[in-house]
Amino acid sequence: MSSLDKETVRKIAFLSRIKVSEEELGELAGDLTRILDFIEELQEVDVEGAAPLTSVADLTLPLRKDEVTDGNIQQKVLANAPKTDAGCFVVPKVVE
Amino acid sequence: MTDLTNLTLADARDGLAKGDYTSVELTEAHIASMGAQRKLNAYITETPEQALEMARASDTKRARGDVGKMEGLPIAIKDLFCTENVQTTAASHILEGFKPQYESTVTANLFGNGAVMLGKTNLDEFAMGSSNMTSYYGNVINPWKGKDGKDLVPGGSSGGSAAAVAGRMAMAATGTDTGGSIRQPAAYCGIVGLKPTYGRCSRWGVVAFASSLDQAGPMTRTVRDAAIMLGAMAGHDAKDSTSAPMAVPDFEAALSGDIRGMKIGIPKEYRVDGMPDEIAKLWDDGVAMLRDAGADVLDITLPHTKYALPTYYIVAPAEASSNLARYDGVRFGQRVMEDGDSLDEMYMKTRAAGFGKEVQRRIMIGTYVLSAGYYDAYYNKALKVRRRIYEDFTNAFGTVDVVLTPTAPSAAFALGENSDDPVKMYLNDVFTVPASLAGLPGLSVPTGLSDSGLPLGLQLIGKPFDEETVIRVGGVLETAAGFDAKPAGLEG
Repeated sequence: MSSLDKETVRKIAFLSRIKVSEEELGELAGDLTRILDFIEELQEVDVEGAAPLTSVADLTLPLRKDEVTDGNIQQKVLANAPKTDAGCFVVPKVVE
Repeated sequence: MTDLTNLTLADARDGLAKGDYTSVELTEAHIASMGAQRKLNAYITETPEQALEMARASDTKRARGDVGKMEGLPIAIKDLFCTENVQTTAASHILEGFKPQYESTVTANLFGNGAVMLGKTNLDEFAMGSSNMTSYYGNVINPWKGKDGKDLVPGGSSGGSAAAVAGRMAMAATGTDTGGSIRQPAAYCGIVGLKPTYGRCSRWGVVAFASSLDQAGPMTRTVRDAAIMLGAMAGHDAKDSTSAPMAVPDFEAALSGDIRGMKIGIPKEYRVDGMPDEIAKLWDDGVAMLRDAGADVLDITLPHTKYALPTYYIVAPAEASSNLARYDGVRFGQRVMEDGDSLDEMYMKTRAAGFGKEVQRRIMIGTYVLSAGYYDAYYNKALKVRRRIYEDFTNAFGTVDVVLTPTAPSAAFALGENSDDPVKMYLNDVFTVPASLAGLPGLSVPTGLSDSGLPLGLQLIGKPFDEETVIRVGGVLETAAGFDAKPAGLEG
């Protein structure tokens, strides 16, 4: 069921926001198909009545008050950004 | 004079207390060893000046009578833990130059307990790998050599940490384990590695790979050292919502040496087709050692074992694809773009240039299994099988106290082997992944040598939050095995 063609890989790469060249598409299709074949084995397991296990932590997520717990750290927040201006992150123009 | 780099944490703790040497002397010895073995590439970033400063502060603190659990002991930190103002790369190009503005909870706990940081160790990129060969900063070479003298991998993903501890470049190191990344490299490098129960150590400030699986733990040369170090790392942390609100026991006190009447489970499904004779023998020897120590050995069944790897290779990439969405060239890390590029082009070029091939593959697999039309067939199915795997262990722990298995299906392999096919590489984690999916504590103890003279490890898997039993049995196994081999060049 799971042989990936180049078109599908191109779509996955875009959803992943990873630029992939035409030459790489073929190789990736092969690699990803091999991995999918490997995980295909799960289809034979009977999971009737099994609830999906999303976390082994036997906890209800704790709640805390919705309040500021730090703050005044603009410099720290921006310290590793590739480009900043006037206390903001800078990205290419999004709205024309 | 004693070679200070051969001491265990426990020995050095006593030596420092008696005043036989200072933390500065201990730290200097390790800085020298780190510098002399740079060709093994165990560290991405060495921090000798900071180490000496921490050591001096520790000696001063000790003089005041203020002594933490790891006071003055020089260790290495896997470069997946955020360390304040010290470059943290996750072995990825995309994080080159990233200097966290905060300290991870685990490293803060260790430093609060007096530990000294020697540097940040190499790993597989974003901890995705079993050989340390996906690091952007180069391969790590295992300090051990087989009879043919070839360079071997240290395992992964915590390969730099394992090599540093085995090569006496650190007294101990932190690791992280998502599917075996502490236990497998520990086995390949002949050291002890302990993955605690999910929730025992805070994940806050650890670069995320697969958040429902990631867990930090100690990599050391003895089981006692693992107990000491885990006690200094663990504890509840309000900043990690999956951190367990439980007291940290005195793990060292669990080393009573007495396992009489304890029930040890041997899962028949781990005796996989084609298991090498030397691994089967290692396992049988381990069984005999525990039986001789008075334990009852019972055959058990974990019927869904063979589905653990395929389950893992859906769940882990799915979580990774979400976690790694944050590397977008906006807030931190590298940005790659040309003038006039759109925002999407910036994202795509940044991520293509910043991530290595294995990381890209896993993000894409994760994206695919989470995408519309495939979510139920792959991701949801995997979560249900994960439930079955979890139930297998719950059932087994109704009759046994701990499970004994080999840690890895082979000894360390040569650089470049298994890299032609991603799936072949994944098979290295066949014995470690099930306990990861179930969130259980797992300990790898070196107990023998392969035919070519390389270390092999056995794994003990325990009940949730019962690291103490794992440590107790591990201590007995360690004593019975009497593993004292060292990598070539470090004998004597």
